[in-house]
Amino acid sequence: MTINRRNFLKLLGAGAGAGAAAGLPMISHAAEIMPNKARRVVVIGGGYGGTIAAKYIRMNDPTIEVVMIERNKQFISCPFSNLVIGGVLKDMSSLTISYDKLAANHGIKMVYDEVSAIDPAGKTVTVSTGSISYDRLIVSPGIDFRFEEIEGYDAVETPKVIPHAWKAGEQTLLLRKQLQAMPNGGTVVMTVPLAPYRCPPGPYERSNMIAMYLKNNKPKSKLIILDANPDVTSKGALFKKGWAKHYSEIIDYRSAKKVTQVNAKNMTVTVEGIEDIKGDVINLIPPQRAGAIAVKTGLVGPDKNWCPVNPTTFESTIHKDIHVIGDASSAGAMPKSGYSANSEAKVCAVNVVALMNGRETQELSGINTCYSYITDKEAVSVTGIYKVAEGKIIAVPNSVGVSPDLSELEGIYAESWIKNILTEMST
Amino acid sequence: MKIIWSRWVLAAGFLTMSATSFALPPSPEMLANACAGCHGTNGASAGPSMPSLSGQSKVAIVEAMKGFKSGERPATVMGRLAKGYSDADYEAMGEFFEKQKPIAYKQALNKAKIAKGQKLHEKNCARCHIEDGKEIKDNSPIVAGQWLKYLQIQMDDYSSDKRKMFDRKAEKMKPLSKDDLDAIAYYYASVK
Repeated sequence: MTINRRNFLKLLGAGAGAGAAAGLPMISHAAEIMPNKARRVVVIGGGYGGTIAAKYIRMNDPTIEVVMIERNKQFISCPFSNLVIGGVLKDMSSLTISYDKLAANHGIKMVYDEVSAIDPAGKTVTVSTGSISYDRLIVSPGIDFRFEEIEGYDAVETPKVIPHAWKAGEQTLLLRKQLQAMPNGGTVVMTVPLAPYRCPPGPYERSNMIAMYLKNNKPKSKLIILDANPDVTSKGALFKKGWAKHYSEIIDYRSAKKVTQVNAKNMTVTVEGIEDIKGDVINLIPPQRAGAIAVKTGLVGPDKNWCPVNPTTFESTIHKDIHVIGDASSAGAMPKSGYSANSEAKVCAVNVVALMNGRETQELSGINTCYSYITDKEAVSVTGIYKVAEGKIIAVPNSVGVSPDLSELEGIYAESWIKNILTEMST
Repeated sequence: MKIIWSRWVLAAGFLTMSATSFALPPSPEMLANACAGCHGTNGASAGPSMPSLSGQSKVAIVEAMKGFKSGERPATVMGRLAKGYSDADYEAMGEFFEKQKPIAYKQALNKAKIAKGQKLHEKNCARCHIEDGKEIKDNSPIVAGQWLKYLQIQMDDYSSDKRKMFDRKAEKMKPLSKDDLDAIAYYYASVK
């Protein structure tokens, strides 16, 4: 355990109260705010991965205590948040869940706090009031940004002027407000980082929602998409068909245009250090890596961005007894999507329970389905079923495919998807 | 032998190395868990167009998945997803969902349509969709308590000939108007 003297005294103070209140000996539980009486899994992060991991562990073995640590009292979904930007959804309320029912239904202990450190050797995590020990830890922190790769980007100030809106909430609403305030005839610039990033089709769905808003409200305006990738990352043919069908007068798509610099004062982004492009509204989506706590704990692999894991248990290949799921993990062929995180969480939960009971683990059967809206009614999707072969997560042949065409029926099913997956996470 | 070796490895603490090589094939639960991201935990859908699978019969689930895979049954994502699984997987999923408690969610439904639908059901459908659609006969699925929007989409698929019907079903359904089929959907959605 890496606790310096000052921290230790602070933790001792916090833990002593809790220990005394619970009538437990103070010495052995000094720093521990929740003494671990039996077997405990701690889950960090209450998003698409964490909520499901916590719930399915309890469903599979109610004798295992589950503590979920989440910094926010509510979770706002990134999937469907593009519809707020386009004005299809009036606000974030249908995309916002709280944890009360989930915790009550499944006996999950919620700790609303920020994890400042993980000690893989001592098997504890540190929060503001002390430490919490675990038998196994599931880390589902989502993403953070590689701001340092964009010259001129200030992690605090820049997003207030140039939103990324790649974590849903205030940022989503800011981008929406900026579009509403922009004059007819203005230029919107959005940038797509090099893959892998959270939600491969997300930027292109967003372009549809921005273009739809402009077409209906500010038809003289333009949307320039600067994509660092050589081509549209996901569902390319369908997005291009949608652009041609609905937004040919609005969207100007430019591939292989990596943004390396930003100037919030002049409202410009710079492509490859040479070409300045000005926007009245700029939506710069920076390159990404695993959530900060995963990076800090050394859970990321040689790429320094994503966490390598065992494809069956999602246990880190770097630190024992720590599992990483969702966007933060390198899950082979499974894309960084909400549904992938949901699926990985269940596989991880089933196998964590097996490991904690000395049973055999079972192979992954993974799934992904991602819908993207083209208009307020038409949608397209990509699907995939995943398994493990030769130690890697691969797509089952023929299961990966996209919609044959733009489809209103897919739009109807997409609405039910978000309703069901958020219900699964919150009940 | 495999099991003994695996236990030994677990005891020795080489978890990371052993887990891939010695994992068992996916259980029915593992397979069915994948469906829950759309169809709800244990297949109990929160609606409105996503059908509930909890309590559905194994036969109906296997039949549906085979229809999706072959393309005989119209689909959006299911035609693609079904290709990721074997017939044995379908059976395992079917077994899992058949064991789950069926949950009929409250739906706001038009009473006049329900009454009309009930009469049409009794006259045309009740010989196969027995016990008001709550029980199965042969391979007919349980339709009672299903989400209205889902049932309406199925009715559309039938009336537009996108979804094929066997002769006896076609004989009963073809003469019915779109409004009639809609009323029947309301009726089934209302059955608790």
